[in-house]
Amino acid sequence: MTANLGGTPTIVLVGHGMVGQRFLEALAERGLTATHRVVVLCEEPRPAYDRVQLTSYFSGRTPEDLSMTDMGFIEEHGIELHVGDPAQTVDRAAKKVTARSGLVVDYDVLVLATGSYPFVPPVPGKDATGCFVYRTIEDLLAIEEYARKATTGAVVGGGLLGLEAAGALKGLGLTSHIVEFAPRLMPVQVDEGGGAALLRTIEDMGLSVHTGVGTQEILVGEDGAVTGMRLSDGSELATDLVVFSAGVRPRDQLARDCGLAVGERGGISVDEQCRTVTDPDVFAIGECALAADGRVYGLVAPGYEQAETAAATIARDESAFTGADLSTKLKLLGVDVASFGDAHGTAGDCLDVVYSDSRAGLYKKLVIGRDGTLLGGILVGDAEAYGTLRALTGSVPPVAPEALVLPAGAGAPAQLGPSALPDDAVICSCHNVTKGTIRGAVTDHQCTTVPEVKKCTKAGTGCGSCVKVLGQLVTAELEASGVEVDKGLCGCFAQTREELYEIVLALRITSYQELLDRHGREEARGGDGCEVCKPAVGSIIASLAPTIGASGYVLEGEQAALQDTNDHFLANLQKNGSYSVVPRIPGGEIAPDKLIVIGEIARDFGLYTKITGGQRIDMFGARVEQLPLIWARLVDAGFESGHAYGKSLRTVKSCVGQTWCRYGVQDSVRMAIDLELRYRGLRSPHKLKSAVSGCARECAEAQSKDFGVIATSNGWNLYVGGNGGATPRHADLLAQDLSDAELVRLIDRFLMFYIRTADKLERTSTWLERIPGGLDHVRDVVVHDSLGICDELESLMAAHVSHYRDEWAETINDPEKLARFVSFVNAPDTPDPVVGFVPERDQMKPDLPLLDIGRRRTEEDVLEGSAQR
Amino acid sequence: MTLAPETTDLKVRLRLADGWFTACDLGALLPGRGVAALLPDGRQVALFRDRSGALYAIDNRDPFTGAAVLSRGLTGTHRGRPFVASPLLKQRFDLASGQCLDDEAVRVATYEVKAA
Ligand code: SRM
Ligand SMILES: Cc1cc2nc3c(=O)[nH]c(=O)nc-3n(C[C@H](O)[C@H](O)[C@H](O)COP(=O)(O)OP(=O)(O)OC[C@H]3O[C@@H](n4cnc5c(N)ncnc54)[C@H](O)[C@@H]3O)c2cc1C
Ligand code: SF4
Ligand code: FES
Repeated sequence: MTANLGGTPTIVLVGHGMVGQRFLEALAERGLTATHRVVVLCEEPRPAYDRVQLTSYFSGRTPEDLSMTDMGFIEEHGIELHVGDPAQTVDRAAKKVTARSGLVVDYDVLVLATGSYPFVPPVPGKDATGCFVYRTIEDLLAIEEYARKATTGAVVGGGLLGLEAAGALKGLGLTSHIVEFAPRLMPVQVDEGGGAALLRTIEDMGLSVHTGVGTQEILVGEDGAVTGMRLSDGSELATDLVVFSAGVRPRDQLARDCGLAVGERGGISVDEQCRTVTDPDVFAIGECALAADGRVYGLVAPGYEQAETAAATIARDESAFTGADLSTKLKLLGVDVASFGDAHGTAGDCLDVVYSDSRAGLYKKLVIGRDGTLLGGILVGDAEAYGTLRALTGSVPPVAPEALVLPAGAGAPAQLGPSALPDDAVICSCHNVTKGTIRGAVTDHQCTTVPEVKKCTKAGTGCGSCVKVLGQLVTAELEASGVEVDKGLCGCFAQTREELYEIVLALRITSYQELLDRHGREEARGGDGCEVCKPAVGSIIASLAPTIGASGYVLEGEQAALQDTNDHFLANLQKNGSYSVVPRIPGGEIAPDKLIVIGEIARDFGLYTKITGGQRIDMFGARVEQLPLIWARLVDAGFESGHAYGKSLRTVKSCVGQTWCRYGVQDSVRMAIDLELRYRGLRSPHKLKSAVSGCARECAEAQSKDFGVIATSNGWNLYVGGNGGATPRHADLLAQDLSDAELVRLIDRFLMFYIRTADKLERTSTWLERIPGGLDHVRDVVVHDSLGICDELESLMAAHVSHYRDEWAETINDPEKLARFVSFVNAPDTPDPVVGFVPERDQMKPDLPLLDIGRRRTEEDVLEGSAQR
Repeated sequence: MTLAPETTDLKVRLRLADGWFTACDLGALLPGRGVAALLPDGRQVALFRDRSGALYAIDNRDPFTGAAVLSRGLTGTHRGRPFVASPLLKQRFDLASGQCLDDEAVRVATYEVKAA
């Protein structure tokens, strides 16, 4: 490499897309950022982001979420990143690149990673207002904006991206059409049978598919905007918006202009080291490159390999890019579609094994070589086996191939788990991680959970399609190394919370003791249980109370003995043995008279008051025997329990919304109040929080809640799985533009499904991360009713709503229960002398008793509920 | 021994240095749920009854926080031994011996107790 005069050698990267970013990381890993000046010319207005996940923008991921560029990394390695400044010319003789801003950079090594551009067929009207492509965040922003005024959209191209784009249009509320020239959808990935299965499923979703027709002209109205399109069969399709998704072409213009060789059908010609065949100082990687095997790869994994190869070559390592696997698994509009290996059986002398069930939208094909080797395959509708099959490709499967594609129950279903795979099988093709590496993470690096293994090996952090197999491998490996993966709730029950829920519901068990004696672990039967399962089972019985015929009142009979002290005294225990009192203030809305009542009560009982983080008021420092007196006055004034103590609905926060706010588009306060009143008192695996914002400015912080609602001009967007606390998580968009009734119905289903399947003390955020299939699965169940349980979920919630009674009103009217609210059973009028207070800032605080022993740090630092995992 | 509490007038009695002290009616003790009683010298005792009817009495003060709250913890059985978990920071105490199950060095006082 020629050093430039006196200075450090310079590497210039043109294009900061996915592959470009990986190239920078590979340079850093090899220490080249320390020995070289690295200059990056980035055309887009933002640094590299995850294009593969682009469509997730429409389900709530922000451009920031999509970013792949850690600015700390860029700075740490001294990379000069010029955002929004594309390279315009390259002078190879002088070894200079000129950017649009006029910036001129001398290079020693030039790396082109300019990606592709969407191909737009040369039809009349293609540049009209309302025509779009689907490649960058800017494209999506423009489509979203234009779709506000549109009712119908059409996508030209029924390939992978076309289907994604059509799904996005449907999500934006448009009637959507797909126009595909080939006789079937996804002609590249699937064969005729697969295309037919896909077509049926997609039409069932309400999308119109037109195959075997080309687009001849875009029809334009007087204002220059799209009104429709004319198809090759002579028909016309009315549409307000057109998205072209007819394939991509390598962006090789810059290379052509400076005399580098390009392929016949485009792509910068490179050798196995990713060096251009024309100039040894210029490299090309990613979608703009025509690899040595004569292909232009349109997937990210081969691009990453090329980035590694180029970096290694620059560092003078041995490395070569000779070709890559084109396997893909996608979830298109909720339908699994996968193809791997030689999916079309081009090798010749091979046989197909096909299973097809058009009613269920299933199509599975395996391509088997003469000697029984699995060569490739296609899966539509159910791609469960993808991870295993892809890894088996190239070998003779240990069972008959037909057994691998038959659905369970039909014939002999082969449970061919990942344990059947050899150690060198690639589990994660995005990051080229083998089964052996994953096993090593568990055995040598002591990883015990999937997130740990992900972090350690990078497996599963790309497209995510291998996460399921990853989970199975981790469990298998843990079990093999003798770590007993006991999924039981506690020492008393071998079942999970979810299993206990099903038992209680199915057998209508209303007593903890009965459950323990009949279904507990052998050694725990007949005993007194423990502090872990008692409240968990108490909560299950309370959630299901009206349905199984138990009392919904948590202080009734045996229930009273199952509750944590907070639920037992219907207040929150504080560090000195006193309690706090939190009346419900639905939606945070409170009339002055009620505020005054709270003030008077706090004054009369000498309580410390504070506005909570949940938009209500907490009164601290009440002694047990004061609780009934305080609540008698609160109930009189129309207050109810706020369940600050329960694993149940806490608050539904609101912003002021349309009524007052100049930006509001819906009445967020009313909706927050409605939701809080509907779900109050609902016992759940962990606390539930919610919020409603009146517009996208999101003043109520709904996206940090278990279920958050944001108003749109057409209704409400529902977000789920948000969390504040120690491990914050932004909520995911579950559904958009819902009417009031649709919103409530969906939340009913969502909450009941969560209550049914979550672990004890598992917030919706961790639950969503844990359950197989994640958000997609939950959406399938609660939106598309894939399990057929939505009616049941709704009726469970209806039963809860109609049986709700205020616990405090019930308690102050029950002398027997009130008798428990004393410090001393033998001296009911005597206050606990240990509870003392001292003044602070015009109020009071606990006067802490002296301790006999030092406080221990380790265990107290553990969050409530976080201990077991 | 399963006496219906409301049909008896049995009392829970504790042995103190100077003889048996009557704390409360047996009926005031729900299985699995404790109560606190005040002793003549100002100390506090936490009383429990398990599902078999056995009675236990330990000091009410949680040695880890100083608050008098052990009577408000949840009870259970660990390897056949009865325990209560402090409602504040959840340490477990053996109800029969007063031994803290999470910290060998900590033990709370116990009292002999009977229903009579
Ligand atoms: C009172 C309050 C603080 C305040 O003065 O503002 C509070 C106080 C407590 N919080 Fe909180 N949290 C309060 C708002 C919040 C918020 C803000 C919010 O709700 O918008 C959060 C973050 C949002 C969230 O939960 O996602 C919050 C996240 C937590 C967490 C962490 C949860 C997590 O999933 O990581 C815990 C610990 C736990 O539950 O495991 C916790 C636990 C607690 C406990 C129950 C701790 C305990 O066991 O003693 C505190 C008892 C309150 C009491 O005695 O009344 N509190 N806590 C707030 C009561 C709101 C209300 O009106 O009900
Ligand atoms: C919606 C969508 C879904 C996809 N899904 C998948 C999938 O599931 N799996 C998969 O493997 N692949 C998928 N792909 C393809 C994948 O995104 C690409 O393979 C990958 O982004 C290629 O990376 P790249 O860096 O080569 O190109 P790009 O990511 O396109 O980056 C090239 C960058 O170079 C910039 N540039 C061009 N010319 C210049 C210039 N002269 N000066 C400066 N900068 C310039 C461009 O603006 C661009 O930012 C998908 C693509 C899209 C659009
Ligand atoms: S979220 Fe929107 S409507 Fe609500 S207060 Fe903020 S700006 Fe106003
Ligand atoms: S295969 Fe894409 S993340 Fe593992």
